[in-house]
Amino acid sequence: MQVLIDNYHLYLRGLGTTLQICLYAGLLTLVVGTFIAGCRVAPLTPLRAFGTAWVTVFRNCPLAVVLFFMAFGIPALGINASYFVFGTIGLALYTSAFVCEAIRSGINAVSPGQAEAARSVGLGFGQTLRLVILPQAVRSIIPPLGSVMIAMIKNSAIAGAFGIGGDLYAVGIRQSSAQGEEIIPVLLGVALGYLIITIPAGLLLGYVERKVAIAR
Amino acid sequence: MTEVSTDTPMIRVSAVDKYFGSLHVLKDINLEIPRGQVVVVLGPSGSGKSTLCRVLNRLETIDSGAVAVDGVPLPEEGRALAELRADVGMVFQQFNLFAHKSIIDNVTLGPIKVRKLGKDEAREEGMRLLRRVGIADQAEKYPAQLSGGQQQRAAIARALAMRPKVMLFDEPTSALDPEMVNEVLEVMAGLADEGMTMLVVSHEMGFARRAAHRVLFMADGEVVEDSSPETFFDSPGSERAKDFLGKILTH
Ligand SMILES: Nc1ncnc2c1ncn2[C@@H]1O[C@H](COP(=O)(O)OP(=O)(O)OP(=O)(O)O)[C@@H](O)[C@H]1O
Ligand SMILES: [Mg+2]
Repeated sequence: MQVLIDNYHLYLRGLGTTLQICLYAGLLTLVVGTFIAGCRVAPLTPLRAFGTAWVTVFRNCPLAVVLFFMAFGIPALGINASYFVFGTIGLALYTSAFVCEAIRSGINAVSPGQAEAARSVGLGFGQTLRLVILPQAVRSIIPPLGSVMIAMIKNSAIAGAFGIGGDLYAVGIRQSSAQGEEIIPVLLGVALGYLIITIPAGLLLGYVERKVAIAR
Repeated sequence: MTEVSTDTPMIRVSAVDKYFGSLHVLKDINLEIPRGQVVVVLGPSGSGKSTLCRVLNRLETIDSGAVAVDGVPLPEEGRALAELRADVGMVFQQFNLFAHKSIIDNVTLGPIKVRKLGKDEAREEGMRLLRRVGIADQAEKYPAQLSGGQQQRAAIARALAMRPKVMLFDEPTSALDPEMVNEVLEVMAGLADEGMTMLVVSHEMGFARRAAHRVLFMADGEVVEDSSPETFFDSPGSERAKDFLGKILTH
């Protein structure tokens, strides 16, 4: 365990980087996922087709392949940015398919009469979604969305494995293989780091669920 | 802007056909409703009454023919259609009040978001309408806290808040307990007296006799009879109408 105590600052920094990846990827994936969900329920066929194609691609492609493409494919096209940016975007795009489906199933749980009433009052598609459907869908969106987010936090390790560098996973790898530290304590340290993020995230999720359950 | 002459019908339905898959639900429907006219539509279940109603504000699309409201052909999906729907009030069998909003917010949502009215102005107008339908004291409650009759009156106020040119009612009282039917019919009859153009799908004979100028009897997707309430109820022309009246009168 000495390795954890001696290098705690490395682990802390790793935790910070992982948190950063999750925060940026989380925000981006919420925006993209909501937009794609909007496409999937839009009255225009091309938008629906686009949404369906998006979900089909990202839900059925392994995350490692998406990240591989971001790490090597995009730079090969001559677009340059740090892998932190590419990795975070790749994670967000992959997750957006699942975010979309969580939101879409919530939308479908709202009675179709609500949308008909909104449209017959003269609200446009976007207004109907934003003012009438989504506020009622939130309650059934939160639980699956929370699971998607927690899965994303864990998946950020895969982005780390592609070499974002400095995140929890990368710290673990470097400590155990490059610096030859004992593997078990290092891995325990890394696991602890993820739990420090995911357990409070789960608690927050439970709190929000209870909150939206009473609000009405 | 072209001037719309006063004899342009409020609603014109020309040669409309509508299919659900292979089911032919509206068969070559032709219908003109002049402004100020109150039309009651009745007919057996599945005859296409709701579909006709929903075609008029394009909640259902048609397969052929044309629909025009106040001389304007129904636009394709998009902003223009939303504008047209704002002018066509619709009241549903299941009320469909916005479950997450208070009654007054239900009534003011459209005026604020579509008509761009100020909040205070919308609220004042909304309260006036709630008083008119007799539920001003329920303004801050949520739909689920109201009785069916109160909810339907709120739904009528919500539609009126848009200052519609025409009102469509699809069986507005058939989901209500019997003792609540009249309070809703009263409100509708009041609207009719004020000269609102209305299309009402309803089997309420008392309302039809009192408020309607015209009765349409539908069967199997066709308008089988188009007559005055007196003629229809007292001496229906077709066997199907006689048969139908026999059934609703014994209940
Ligand atoms: N969305 C739909 N998809 C498929 N078929 C439908 C749909 N809506 C209605 N139908 C069918 O179309 C026919 C006409 O339906 P419509 O609701 O217009 O009848 P209605 O006269 O209003 O009947 P009711 O008195 O029961 O309300 C019925 O046979 C119905 O089953
Ligand atoms: Mg019907």
